[in-house]
Amino acid sequence: MSTRRHIISILLENEAGALSRVANLFSARGYNIESLTVAPTEDGSLSRLTLVTSGTEEIVEQIVKQLNKLVDVVKLIDLTEGPYLERELMLVKARAVGNDERGEMERLTSIFRGHIVDVTDSTFTIELSGTGEKLDGFLHAVNPDNLLEVVRSGVTGISRGQKALRV
Amino acid sequence: MELTGAEIIVRCLQEEGVEYVFGYPGGAVLHIYDALNGQEAVQHVLVRHEQAATHAADGYARASGKPGVVLVTSGPGLTNAVTGIATAYMDSIPMVVLSGQVPTKLIGNDAFQEVDSVGITRPCVKHNFLVKDVRDLATTIKRAFFIASTGRPGPVLVDVPKDVTSQKADFEYPKTIKMRSYNPTVKGHTGQIRKAVDLIMGAKRPMVYSGGGVILSEASKELTEFTRMLGYPITNTLMGLGAYPATDPQFVGMLGMHGTYEANMGMHECDMLLAIGARFDDRVTGNLEKFCPYAKIVHIDIDPSSIAKNVKVDIPIVGSVANVLRTMITMIKESGQSPDQQALAKWWEQINEWRAIKCLDYPRGGEIIKPQYVVDELYRVTRGEAIVTSDVGQHQMWAAQYYLFDRPRQWINSGGLGTMGFGLPAAMGAKFAFPDQEVVCITGEGSIQMMLQELSTMKQYGTPVKIVNLNNRYLGMVRQWQEFFYEKRYSHSYMDALPDFVKLAEAYGHVGMMIEKPGDVEGALREAFALKDRTVFLDFITDPAENVYPMIPAGGAHNEMLLAGRDQMRSTTEEGMILV
Repeated sequence: MSTRRHIISILLENEAGALSRVANLFSARGYNIESLTVAPTEDGSLSRLTLVTSGTEEIVEQIVKQLNKLVDVVKLIDLTEGPYLERELMLVKARAVGNDERGEMERLTSIFRGHIVDVTDSTFTIELSGTGEKLDGFLHAVNPDNLLEVVRSGVTGISRGQKALRV
Repeated sequence: MELTGAEIIVRCLQEEGVEYVFGYPGGAVLHIYDALNGQEAVQHVLVRHEQAATHAADGYARASGKPGVVLVTSGPGLTNAVTGIATAYMDSIPMVVLSGQVPTKLIGNDAFQEVDSVGITRPCVKHNFLVKDVRDLATTIKRAFFIASTGRPGPVLVDVPKDVTSQKADFEYPKTIKMRSYNPTVKGHTGQIRKAVDLIMGAKRPMVYSGGGVILSEASKELTEFTRMLGYPITNTLMGLGAYPATDPQFVGMLGMHGTYEANMGMHECDMLLAIGARFDDRVTGNLEKFCPYAKIVHIDIDPSSIAKNVKVDIPIVGSVANVLRTMITMIKESGQSPDQQALAKWWEQINEWRAIKCLDYPRGGEIIKPQYVVDELYRVTRGEAIVTSDVGQHQMWAAQYYLFDRPRQWINSGGLGTMGFGLPAAMGAKFAFPDQEVVCITGEGSIQMMLQELSTMKQYGTPVKIVNLNNRYLGMVRQWQEFFYEKRYSHSYMDALPDFVKLAEAYGHVGMMIEKPGDVEGALREAFALKDRTVFLDFITDPAENVYPMIPAGGAHNEMLLAGRDQMRSTTEEGMILV
């Protein structure tokens, strides 16, 4: 049985404890959770939560059913069931000492269409966004000795076309 | 009109028509207790331990179909209630638990008797609430009752900080409630039902397998009509007993680990399985790889997550069991379809062959009381009419096998969680619901000692229950497994220094009897039931070596049953050993 990566987007009542119900479900039932992001939406009574999980079709079917069963879950969609866009934000603090390192880092940043958002005499802080794969690609390209700190937001996403997740 | 939070809570309970609240006072709920005082509509039952409050409310709910209501204080009051909440959750029992909490401004400060009640109960409630604003209180309680008793029912906790119970707000109880995030599907999909009907009608070796969902959905009438109309064999799960009359010839008994030979063989050999309000629990399915190898499966359940959780099904139908069965009955009648009578006759011939093995026979006439015999006699003496609760273990299985339940809500036991100590408080709760009916608690000397203190509550409120203690001096189910799977190493399953249960019953103001001879069983039962208004503790000294048969060893399939006196217990597989 093959496992596949799924991105599940959830509209959740913006209530205290709602997030922990989702997180609790995953730990209680032993489901895998790769990343999870959450923020309020333009409708203040709703939060939008995006989580990335992987599993067999059977497991993901159960995950979706169990999530739907949570009283705080208003609506959800598995983005990977159709065409979708996925984005993740990453901030990287990298060592940049001397012209060679600084030049190399600037080139890499531009190749990956990132921005240098903070500079000191020995570091660059780079902002990048894209799919998880692209961000991984950037990290592979940088000399690991130069990476001082990496922070990723986790994946968020939206379906392509006219389909919209809303109440 | 402005009321305090405490008064609002009591008014809400009155509006919901709550007859009984099972509870225990403490600091955080004192305002609520004060508001309960001096009103008659909602009666409070003071238990002796908060776990008993939840079990009693649960027993009341299972017997009556109405949600059970519990009131406990913060901290230990709530943690004591958790076992009972989890018990209700596993068996989908409607329950509303009101818990006190430390004042809002102390939350998170490790205050006296503070515990994160919402956090601690989250995995074992259908939903829970912390009410921080008195103006939200009435709506929240309305929601709690709505969520607890609709869809697949379950316990809901409402945690109320003490300051909220003293603050004032206008009281208005919402008549109805609508929640955008909670809308259980009731009506089944017509197309799916039609497909299912075709499959059902075309079956040559059909089997109906129904569970607790039929009872929760009040669908016994529909189930009985449907099954009789088709003439199909039917088996019930432990939770579903009573949903179909056990004395009906089409009933082949309970299925699963300790199910009957005919039920389990029927499951194994059937070519169409119709699962109704049942969840394919591991105790029912046995080895999943060998489960119903020849069957197409239809599954009706109100909870989509119950479908295809353990077993892949061919036709899933999400909806209330009563609703879907009604639609099916109409469809079948309108279509004029009828089952394949020839195939069905052949199938019954096969089933009757399995039946002829008489898998529930046990030796009679010895010097020592057989526990099965006590249940048999109890069935006769009560004419099969009593409400029977049980604890957990061998006695639970014997109760399920030998007491034939003909109506729903007559059999009350902790099926999912398997909570020892459940039986006595549940019996008390059932007696509150039906004071004019005989209520019996079938228990063992292990389980009963977990909730003995409730004998005191039963004295105070005059809820006479007959306690049938199958006393074999062993934690019998543990002993049975140790005999079969641990080469008779009886590690800590023997109970030495048992109390004198007769004196104990008397100390609590009840009647105690000890019965040691098979010849005295019937007489003692008759004597006990003649004492209409007394709780009687019947301590039956039973055969310590008796085992529950038939048995599917853990990891086994339905056709790998072991029968009493016929099969030697085979050693189980390594995989089986890790299953419990």
